Amino acid sequence: MKLYDGGKIITGLVIFVGLMLSPFILGMAKPGEKPDPKTDTPEIQEMEEKDRKCVEPKEFMRTSHMVFIDSWRDQALRDGDRVYENSEGKEIDISLQNTCMKCHSNKKKFCDECHNYMAVKPYCWDCHIVPEEKEGGV
Amino acid sequence: MDRRQFLKMAGLTSLISLGGFTTVELIRPGLLDASEPPAAAPGVKRLAMVIDVSKFRSEAAYKKSIEACHKIHNVPDFRNPKDEIKWLWTEKYENTFPGTEHPFVKDSVKEKPFLLMCNHCQYPPCVRVCPTKATYKREFDGLVAMDYHRCIGCRFCMAACPYGARSFNWRDPREVLKDERLDREFPTRTKGVVEKCNFCVERLAKDLIPACVEAQEGTGAMFFGDIDDPGSEVREVLRTNYTLRRKPGLGTQPNAYYIIGGV
Ligand code: HEC
Ligand code: HEC
Ligand code: HEC
Repeated sequence: MKLYDGGKIITGLVIFVGLMLSPFILGMAKPGEKPDPKTDTPEIQEMEEKDRKCVEPKEFMRTSHMVFIDSWRDQALRDGDRVYENSEGKEIDISLQNTCMKCHSNKKKFCDECHNYMAVKPYCWDCHIVPEEKEGGV
Repeated sequence: MDRRQFLKMAGLTSLISLGGFTTVELIRPGLLDASEPPAAAPGVKRLAMVIDVSKFRSEAAYKKSIEACHKIHNVPDFRNPKDEIKWLWTEKYENTFPGTEHPFVKDSVKEKPFLLMCNHCQYPPCVRVCPTKATYKREFDGLVAMDYHRCIGCRFCMAACPYGARSFNWRDPREVLKDERLDREFPTRTKGVVEKCNFCVERLAKDLIPACVEAQEGTGAMFFGDIDDPGSEVREVLRTNYTLRRKPGLGTQPNAYYIIGGV
């Protein structure tokens, strides 16, 4: 069997496959680009060592904050109960702007750090107000 | 059947029916009692607003409440009636109580602005028509609340509301909510959702009274409280003043009351 214009076809195929794969190759994280969300805002640093933690354990927050915020939203709005009791029995005001973002006042270096990496773009900030980024606070 | 026979029969029948009642009462006590209105569950409230229009003595008095409300809730002012967003606003008598006006209404009443807001109706038509339950009735305090996260902007609620209490965001409110106009504690809304007065639900959660009422403190112009509680201030005010509600014939049972006596 003879492949007419074999050279051209093979070259074309290589270019084609290369193009198809390029987003994956280019998108592959290079070492050192791993997201590094910063939890050293002035608000957090002012806290006492023992209180310097999230509303729930860090591991849980990392993997489940998306569902967790939704449950906050439903508790506050649908059940009309704006106080959350966390797993340590501590009572916390439910508010994205006035609780989460009061500690995580560095949205760019925190929330966005992961979200950009994962290419998720929560639409919350169309309405919820992002804290004013403080200069040199990182 | 003569008269005497009739009375005998009647007596007998009523005896039997009385017996029937006794029998039923013995088997299922209480079954035949007239049903009482269900007692409100403990802790359940019905929040209402009473507005004494005569106590608003100037345009500035209204402004005080409207600005307090619009400021803390990030209600934008586009300075253009077409795009207007209103939680709290004023309207003339004829638009406030349509159907009650006549050519000889007292001049001072005819000219008086009435402070309007969402009536947080007992039977809210907006809730009935909302396809996503973005607008819902809070059974425990009677508020007609909104969950903006679910609003798809269909505007059925606007068509359903007989009080014009809802506004649609034709434009992005952040165009005009900049710097000191923006309250950073409360979310804005966005283009494409409907909004309205929330009776300051976020303040009530902190045991504060609605901002419009607070702005009138000391004037006796606005009262807010639980209308199901006979000992509440609002009930006392309603007991001692003649009040009107907007469009009562529609059966929505609004929870905003107007005293117009002294106007
Ligand atoms: C009291 C301050 C405070 C509040 C309020 C708070 N956080 Fe945190 N958050 C922290 C701190 C401190 C850490 C880092 C914990 C650690 O390193 O052990 C953290 C960690 C996290 C993490 C994990 C970050 C990582 O590196 O994996 C996420 C996600 C997070 N927070 C989201 C939220 C959300 C969402 C809310 C609101 C529901 C919230 N936080 C409220 C202080 C706070
Ligand atoms: C440790 C990394 C990390 C940090 C820090 C982080 N997020 Fe996320 N977030 C994620 C990931 C990953 C997803 C996507 C999960 C998915 O798609 O299943 C996500 C999703 C979300 C979603 C759901 C978005 C959607 O479209 O479904 C919300 C809301 C959200 N994050 C809010 C926040 C907020 C607010 C903060 C800052 C206070 C924050 N996140 C910080 C990693 C993070
Ligand atoms: C269309 C505008 C809009 C968008 C978009 C929006 N919110 Fe909200 N959200 C509001 C408003 C308005 C409230 C009511 C605030 C109140 O009653 O205190 C609220 C309340 C909440 C609350 C409870 C009370 C509070 O103060 O935080 C949470 C939690 C919340 N939103 C989370 C989210 C998250 C997470 C997203 C994104 C996935 C989001 N919202 C997107 C408008 C919006």
